Amino acid sequence: MIDVQPVFLWTDLLLFGLIACIVLAAWRARRSEPMRAAWRRVGESTVGMTSLTILVLFLVVGLLDSLHYRPYLPPAKDGKVTADRGPLSTEVRSALDALAEPLRSRTEKTYSAPLAYVLFAKQTIEKSDGTQQREFPRLKFGGAGLQYPEEDHTGDVLGRIGLGLALAAGAWCLLAGGLVQVVAMSRKVPFGAAWRAVWRGKGGLAWRAVLVTLGLVFLLAGPVAVLAGEYHVFGTDKVGQDVLFLTLKSIRTALVIGTLTTLVTLPLAVALGIMAGYMGGWVDDVIQYVYTVLNSIPGVLLIAAAVLMMQVVIDTHPHWFETAAERADARLLALCLILGMTSWTGLCRLLRGETLKLRELEYVQAARAFGVSTARILSRHVLPNLMHLVLIALVMDFSGLVLAEAVLSYVGIGVDPNTVSFGTMINAARMELAREPMVWWSLMSAFIFMFVLVLAANLFADVVRDAFDPRAS
Amino acid sequence: MFAYIVRRLLYAPLILLGVNLLTFALFFVVNTPEDMARMQLGAKRVTPEAIERWKVERGYDKPLLFNAAAAGASSLTDTIFFEKSLRMFAFDFGRADDGRDIATEIRTRMGPSLAIAVPTFILGLFVTVSFALLLVFFRGSYLDFQGVVLCVAMMSISGLFYIIGGQWLVSKVWHLVPISGYGGGLDASRFLVLPVVIGVIAGLGGSARWYRTIFLEEAGKDYVRTARAKGLSELQALFRHVLKNGMIPILTGVVVVIPSLFMGSLISESFFGIPGLGSYTIDAINAQDFPVVRAMVFIGSLLYILGLILTDLSYTLVDPRVKLE
Repeated sequence: MIDVQPVFLWTDLLLFGLIACIVLAAWRARRSEPMRAAWRRVGESTVGMTSLTILVLFLVVGLLDSLHYRPYLPPAKDGKVTADRGPLSTEVRSALDALAEPLRSRTEKTYSAPLAYVLFAKQTIEKSDGTQQREFPRLKFGGAGLQYPEEDHTGDVLGRIGLGLALAAGAWCLLAGGLVQVVAMSRKVPFGAAWRAVWRGKGGLAWRAVLVTLGLVFLLAGPVAVLAGEYHVFGTDKVGQDVLFLTLKSIRTALVIGTLTTLVTLPLAVALGIMAGYMGGWVDDVIQYVYTVLNSIPGVLLIAAAVLMMQVVIDTHPHWFETAAERADARLLALCLILGMTSWTGLCRLLRGETLKLRELEYVQAARAFGVSTARILSRHVLPNLMHLVLIALVMDFSGLVLAEAVLSYVGIGVDPNTVSFGTMINAARMELAREPMVWWSLMSAFIFMFVLVLAANLFADVVRDAFDPRAS
Repeated sequence: MFAYIVRRLLYAPLILLGVNLLTFALFFVVNTPEDMARMQLGAKRVTPEAIERWKVERGYDKPLLFNAAAAGASSLTDTIFFEKSLRMFAFDFGRADDGRDIATEIRTRMGPSLAIAVPTFILGLFVTVSFALLLVFFRGSYLDFQGVVLCVAMMSISGLFYIIGGQWLVSKVWHLVPISGYGGGLDASRFLVLPVVIGVIAGLGGSARWYRTIFLEEAGKDYVRTARAKGLSELQALFRHVLKNGMIPILTGVVVVIPSLFMGSLISESFFGIPGLGSYTIDAINAQDFPVVRAMVFIGSLLYILGLILTDLSYTLVDPRVKLE
């Protein structure tokens, strides 16, 4: 059954490329002592390691959801066996879909509350004896194994929570043991000593924060995972899709928007900022003019204008895209590019100002007096001294972009309506609050996941800024 | 200083021209009027006649930049660029797709937008500065730490949550104010309370944390220590010295948004059904009403440039050390 054709969407390639670049940059940064010291400060901070752990967990979910493939349909069953497999499905799936297959495929008819075994609204059901009765119909999948749901439901849920907690505790012990073993080996001390050092938060990286965070996450995720085998833990939405699954799928969209936007921001801001600051004169004037123009257009309107135009381009060229997923992906990538085009100006201005200062420093003037070429001065002396600003700006921008996606999708200029994202979830759930009784679960799960992601990113950004900003004490 | 202002004022049309060129490129070059007609008319089977009629109705049947068929000066003026983009400099925005005059629409919708944006701005500034000052008064203590944690948590919550949650709690559960709508005169205040309060709360986290760092930096300076050494109480030092000097970067930082208050707030206006410019813009985006979007882009950049000039002026007003040249 592993007979599939991998699909590489543009955003997948760029996302993995970006990760590779970060790993490469980290490898190179090991050689520079100030960079190593700054990262060590991040690693020693409890808040930094806690938020980093959360971010890495989000990243794992997002990367799993970025491994796309197209399954083959089963061969036609009309007698003639011409091939051992059918044509390619037009549906693009991801590794996350395959892992969470039960969540994806078990769709109910419509709304159902978290952990429910009946639908949310009463329906008229025809009994076997011909009479009609209005009652809550049983769900197709949620709690389907319960023989007598009224009596068994609570007990079953509690039992599954207990099992989940036990599994989580076991998994955590294994993981903690492995981690401490690694620490013990790297420091060449016995296991017990390493355990005590980690637990008292002594020496080196803040492993205790990592372990505590992972423990909490496991204790939450364990019961959810076990419950998800039988119930819809976060309920279902209007068309009966599992909300937990939708929330997990939203993570990739948020990560893509938060990271790929930098692909545009970074080259533009760094190249133009350094050019404007170092060369001055008419180059400076032109670049300043360009970013003042871009800045003066209200952000949402510029994005709206660009997205509306891009929508026309995509609509008038349907033959460019083989599947619906590719079209949605093109729109997502275009949104990243547009967000990047509108958000590079702040960093550019910052880098220009900093370059102006660096240009007058003695060692840069000395290099110029020795006849070192401009390109070499910029790459050897100016750029490395700007990297901390670039890094801080990138980490700080991430959370803003994740929040912006939700607002843009609400306005109707965000991701493709078929792409699952926090914004589209909130947008779809907006009307549900007006229902009586209220449908609150999709809205809440989107907001909570978004809050955790943005909070972790904000805290991490603060730690990075404190560690890298030379002005901070 | 006079020469400086004149120079800035002369620079403004140049930037507006750039904005116009950019929107022109976005709206007419990336996609030809042909494409837009096809999308607006919807169906795939549109006849060329229908497209032509659509273009003539809206004046999109002219050449983009240069009309070779026309004589003299009108070879430059009888073009889409002149008719649709340059005319905006005379505040002639043309008509929306539904045939209404955009300039009239903007004039009537400005009132409700200001009615929500100005109180949010003033109250927001007051509340955030007070909160930041409170944190600075208790600096280094547990209360300060908790306050900063609260700020970070508040700025991590999506603005949509504040609006949706506020509407649900205040309007639906407590029945204190109507969920949405707008009325004339004093009746409007009923509808404005909730959006203003939510606007203040949504902006509190980020700004209060920023103002706190500004005040902290000021409170650590030598002259404040001297003031304390002279025997001023902590409160006196805070209000007489820290607040006054800390307000310089804060005021000059917020001046830039004052003209843009006219534009209203996009999201909360459309959630609360307030007929201001923000909801006008959102409706135009959703209906793909390009003339309105173009007009709002123009007005928005005009107000932003005005804000930049006001910022420069406010520097000289609040800080006598700054001289513009």
